[in-house]
Amino acid sequence: MSITVSLQVNGRNVSETLEPQTLLVDFLRNHLRLTGTHVGCDTSQCGACVVHVDGLAVKSCTLLAAQAHGTQVTTIEGLETEGRLHPVQEAFRSEHGLQCGFCTPGMIMSAVALLRRNPTPTEAQVREGLEGNICRCTGYHNIVKAILTASTHMPAQSAQASRS
Amino acid sequence: MYAFDYQRPDTLQAALAAAAVDDGAFLAGGMTLLPALKMRLSRRSSLVDLSGVKELKGIAVEGDRVRIGAMSRHVEVEDSPLVRKALPGLARLAGGIGDPHVRNRGTIGGSLANSDPAADYPGAVLGLGATITTNRRQIAAADFFKGMFTTALAAGELITQVSFPIPRRCAYVKFRNPASRYAMVGVMVAQFTNEVRVAVTGAGAHVFRLPDFEQALGRAFSPDSVLRLSVSSEGLNEDMHATADYRASLISVIAARAVAAALAG
Ligand SMILES: Cc1cc2nc3c(=O)[nH]c(=O)nc-3n(C[C@H](O)[C@H](O)[C@H](O)COP(=O)(O)OP(=O)(O)OC[C@H]3O[C@@H](n4cnc5c(N)ncnc54)[C@H](O)[C@@H]3O)c2cc1C
Ligand code: FES
Ligand code: FES
Repeated sequence: MSITVSLQVNGRNVSETLEPQTLLVDFLRNHLRLTGTHVGCDTSQCGACVVHVDGLAVKSCTLLAAQAHGTQVTTIEGLETEGRLHPVQEAFRSEHGLQCGFCTPGMIMSAVALLRRNPTPTEAQVREGLEGNICRCTGYHNIVKAILTASTHMPAQSAQASRS
Repeated sequence: MYAFDYQRPDTLQAALAAAAVDDGAFLAGGMTLLPALKMRLSRRSSLVDLSGVKELKGIAVEGDRVRIGAMSRHVEVEDSPLVRKALPGLARLAGGIGDPHVRNRGTIGGSLANSDPAADYPGAVLGLGATITTNRRQIAAADFFKGMFTTALAAGELITQVSFPIPRRCAYVKFRNPASRYAMVGVMVAQFTNEVRVAVTGAGAHVFRLPDFEQALGRAFSPDSVLRLSVSSEGLNEDMHATADYRASLISVIAARAVAAALAG
């Protein structure tokens, strides 16, 4: 059985015929070549694969591409606007919120969703909000710092930008 | 994953018809089913995605009950103004399930159908004495959980909604497994005008009540009433995370915290 899946990815309409068991992350990486979204564990634990589906952060390794039919998906590639990094991306750079960078796309997508839900989080709320994201390198400290920094730099419209 | 067919029907009737094939399965949030399929622990011929079925959505307060559609995601229960007002303990329980990404997908119907011994919602369903409605019948909480990952649901039977009575106060507290965030012990305490109910999840094969805790709290609804009670470790879960004795002693401590949380509102 093949099915046709149509959705919007980073503002672009895409439509593909694929097998129902295709995961959203494989669709993004292998079909669309959007390789910024990573697969860390493949067992729904690490959050390296987090993307936004209709504005909500989800683990794309635990979602069928078919389930995303008719939705708007945003990946790490869709965060920048006109060549300018999203404030959360910028903060990860300035606060050194990464080492190897493997977890970073998922961390950033989670952070953007977290700040949309709660634009002025406390440190504890940031740490709680990252419970679905694992980092093997940084010890989390600079990731948390980056997100807190971003929360003070986020103009209202860039919180919106990743939705469109 | 082994190959399967996929459908996303719009109505309850179409969903039931589509699932009535050998090895067909309902797909709710997929937070349990998809990992099982990916690891080839399970093989299904056909997945029926319930996300388009309108009859399974929505949260409403009706008289002295809160009715939650089976496809309500954990984040919707957590954020619902109705649930926050009528059953704040349930909103907080939903907000403590897994992580934000799991809460954005996982549903109450899927969680109950799965009946993981360490899942949180079963604590609320038995602790509050909820009623589970399916396409065929109504099932009282006490009759629903049958064992580890086993429920009263027949093959092809679909949970449509869960109806919770509103207590005077209630609270759920869990001692989390630090890695998985599932409950090592979770306790729901609910005080109604005519009874107190205490349900424990995470500690046994499935959720269970504690009659002596309920009686003690019926006499005096305070943390001290349960702190001095002990629970036998016989039949409790024992695994790499905790011994049965440890779980038994956690139950009194977590129950006392739940009473304190219920009193704090
Ligand atoms: C990383 C991670 C952490 C988690 N942590 C927790 C936690 O701390 N506490 C907790 O309680 N849970 C936890 N979960 C589980 C989560 O709550 C799931 O949402 C839940 O177990 C299954 O719900 P689902 O909607 O995803 O169901 P699915 O995975 O889609 O389905 C599960 C099963 O239920 C059946 N089913 C689904 N809906 C219905 C229905 N309406 N009627 C009949 N059968 C149905 C399906 O056919 C399937 O067999 C965690 C999951 C993950 C991946
Ligand atoms: S790759 Fe999806 S959660 Fe780890
Ligand atoms: S920076 Fe290496 S895993 Fe997070």
